[in-house]
Amino acid sequence: MLMKKNYRSERHVPAKDIEACGLFGVMNIRGQKFGALMAIEAIKNIKVRGNGLGGGFAVYGLYPDYKDYYALHIMFQNKDIKAKEKTEDFLGEHFEIIFDEEIPTNPQVSLFCPPLVRRYFVAPKKGEAEQAIPDDEYVTSRVMYINTNIEDAYVFSSGKDMGVFKGVGFPEEIAAYFMLDGLYEGYIWTVHSRFPTNTPGWWGGAHPFSILDWTVVHNGEISSYGTNRRFLEMYDYYCTLHTDTEVMAYAVDLLMRRQGLPIEIVAKIFAPSMWDIIEHLPEKEKKLYTTLRMVYAPLLMNGPFTVIVAHHHEMFGLTDRIRLRPITAGAKDDLVFLSSEEAAIRYVCPDLDLVWTPQGGEPVVVRLNSEDHLKSLNKSI
Amino acid sequence: MYSYLLPEFAIERNEERCIRCRVCERQCATDVHYYDAEPDKMFFHEEACVGCQRCAVFCPTNALFIRPHPAEYRPNSSWNREKLQDLKKQAETGGVILTGSGNDKPYRIYWDHLVLNASQVTNPSIDPLREPMELKTFLGRKPNTLEIEFNELNGSEVKIKSELYPNVSITTPIVFSAMSYGAISYQAYKSLAMAAKKFGTLFNTGEGGLPLNMRKEYGSSAIVQCASGRFGVDPEYLNAACAIEIKIGQGAKPGIGGHLPGEKVSENIAVTRMIPQGTDALSPAPQHDIYSIEDLSMLIYALKEATNYEKPVSVKIAAVHNVAAIASGIVRAGADIVAIDGLRGGTGAAPKAIRDNVGIPLELALAAVDKRLREEGIRNKCSILAAGGIRCSADVMKAIALGADAVYIGTAALVAMGCTLCQKCYTGKCTWGICTQDPYLSKRLNPEITSQRLANLLRGWSHEIKEMLGGMGINAIESLRGNREHLRGVELAEWELDVLGVKGAGE
Repeated sequence: MLMKKNYRSERHVPAKDIEACGLFGVMNIRGQKFGALMAIEAIKNIKVRGNGLGGGFAVYGLYPDYKDYYALHIMFQNKDIKAKEKTEDFLGEHFEIIFDEEIPTNPQVSLFCPPLVRRYFVAPKKGEAEQAIPDDEYVTSRVMYINTNIEDAYVFSSGKDMGVFKGVGFPEEIAAYFMLDGLYEGYIWTVHSRFPTNTPGWWGGAHPFSILDWTVVHNGEISSYGTNRRFLEMYDYYCTLHTDTEVMAYAVDLLMRRQGLPIEIVAKIFAPSMWDIIEHLPEKEKKLYTTLRMVYAPLLMNGPFTVIVAHHHEMFGLTDRIRLRPITAGAKDDLVFLSSEEAAIRYVCPDLDLVWTPQGGEPVVVRLNSEDHLKSLNKSI
Repeated sequence: MYSYLLPEFAIERNEERCIRCRVCERQCATDVHYYDAEPDKMFFHEEACVGCQRCAVFCPTNALFIRPHPAEYRPNSSWNREKLQDLKKQAETGGVILTGSGNDKPYRIYWDHLVLNASQVTNPSIDPLREPMELKTFLGRKPNTLEIEFNELNGSEVKIKSELYPNVSITTPIVFSAMSYGAISYQAYKSLAMAAKKFGTLFNTGEGGLPLNMRKEYGSSAIVQCASGRFGVDPEYLNAACAIEIKIGQGAKPGIGGHLPGEKVSENIAVTRMIPQGTDALSPAPQHDIYSIEDLSMLIYALKEATNYEKPVSVKIAAVHNVAAIASGIVRAGADIVAIDGLRGGTGAAPKAIRDNVGIPLELALAAVDKRLREEGIRNKCSILAAGGIRCSADVMKAIALGADAVYIGTAALVAMGCTLCQKCYTGKCTWGICTQDPYLSKRLNPEITSQRLANLLRGWSHEIKEMLGGMGINAIESLRGNREHLRGVELAEWELDVLGVKGAGE
């Protein structure tokens, strides 16, 4: 599916980025839309978790007028017009472009090397032989083509009725640049503030990381990166960004989108219970968890991480099996919050009904029109 | 004919310390030491000494010093002492020079040129004394995906729909390598079985069968071998075990078979191997029903049929030049485990020319096999067992990071039992009671004690592995598997790093 880059030896695969980060996500479980303010204020409150080298937002319910079309947010580095032409030729060849425009920005906000960012609302234009390919697969492979083959072009997001805004800067600067507060509304907002330790800022390298309508914001360093990456390669996912987040995003895509496993199961793959606990479970569960660990051992995400994953109708948070990175959940009326710090949640919603710290490996699953998030409350610390 | 050979070892006896207790005389299997009552003094025949150090260890007054013999020919890098001695030996006998244990030549030992990683700042190291650290490993084929039936309304109702393949679980990724009853003594063989059972891992029967009286107790800890001689193979034998291994080759002697001399085939060995007592047990070089990959597939499925598809089937090969392609074929032929035995793998007896010159180092073979299986998308269809020259827990870590699921240890286990690598296994006169069928010698091993030594070894290594894993910020061994990011090479050439798929230190 993705483009394979041929290295003479694995030795030449670039080293991965190392980063730590701040995360925040909020969802209205009745699907009511709201503006960017909460996300911006919350992430501002945990400014120390970023260092101004990357920030970004994912918004769901963003484009109700074009909700049947794939919304491609594409950046062109150095405002490279050649890249834009090449990309548009490619898009014209493979998609019907319903509408496209430059994403409006505030010229008063000065940021490091801003690229040209445009959005395209498209429908797949499949050839005879491609009719059997599901739309999602079709779009994914085209997106990956752009990312790996057109220099200076990079797709931020490619889902329907959603979008990712990201860049180099503190997240509140990114928000101001794209004028998120005022222009857009959504029923899920996730936001990320980045603290890379070994890479200069690159607009495409900021989070959220997205494929189709799936977005991932992530904090942590995965010690099992090499094992995970090599396993994913067997399923034709080739890491091009060399970040832990990318591995996490592909693993989510493989297990949830392609293999259709629910997050409750996927959580037990990413952050499985210890054998000592599994041994003492009732026979049926013991068998299930043993089998999951046995089969998906290479997808165990070892080392500290917290992740907030979203797609339409669902947002979930998960921390690693021994909870080396914090995650906190909170709820007030129809709003459910997830964040790497309780302070961020309290700052935007001082009178929470509930606030809890989930166990390592216990996902907080926030679903539209459901109270599933409360399940993790019983198992909280 | 008068021998022109120099003695291999020089013996020095401190006469002041010697109390003439004659322990050395009784312990020596090659009759080196002898006592003369007239001057009340111990003497020795130096030329018979193999340097096993048994007498030195058992001397109650530490009066004995056994060292490589200092006599030297004129120094010559090409025609060195070993070459000259071998030439003289062959001139005297006209035979093939035999030897035992593994290749001792100075080929590069890649383990010593690979260093491991540890966490600093960006992620925490984990303390294995305070946090769980998991080494549990499964050997066998894994499905590509798990189909799971999931009731959305009731999260606890989860059912696995996919068909699963048989897997064997072990508590530490270390398995005892194939050493047959016949090659080693019953006591040594039983010690391995007892230790494996005690520790929750496996031992490999080798090609000499599994004695009837051991099946009930140790069958579930045994990988039984089906080799070219088919000794001791019948349905009961196969079904007594937890896994079956087809032995194609051995790292110490790729391409050749084996020969257990008739004088070693005692009554119990004869019964276990299903051959007449006192006859030579000859293992042909190839398996004569496997002349190609599809023949191998037929044998794999014959063994699976015989065991109702309840046991994983392993295929063991020696690491040779195109090992990656061969391993790929083996997986496609239906094997659940591929065991790769490298250049340094041990043996009870092999022609020296072959032991020292045929095959490739395990490290390179392992990296190449793992890479190839991943490229073909079939890595999870099998487990990889790496064998041949694993000397310590760090070697185990490095092997797993290069892609092994678990390792086989043979020589390391023998050393734990007492072996000193004197390389005279083929003589049947092992003073340590390991590689001998002489009851006077083999009774020196008490399986109760020896198995405890072996279990101690596994325990010590497992602790060290946990420490190193924790240092990397990893708390389950599966997250190290094939994780070459945690390895760096030092003093290696470009091509070596490329084959290993490992960056140079600092890269």
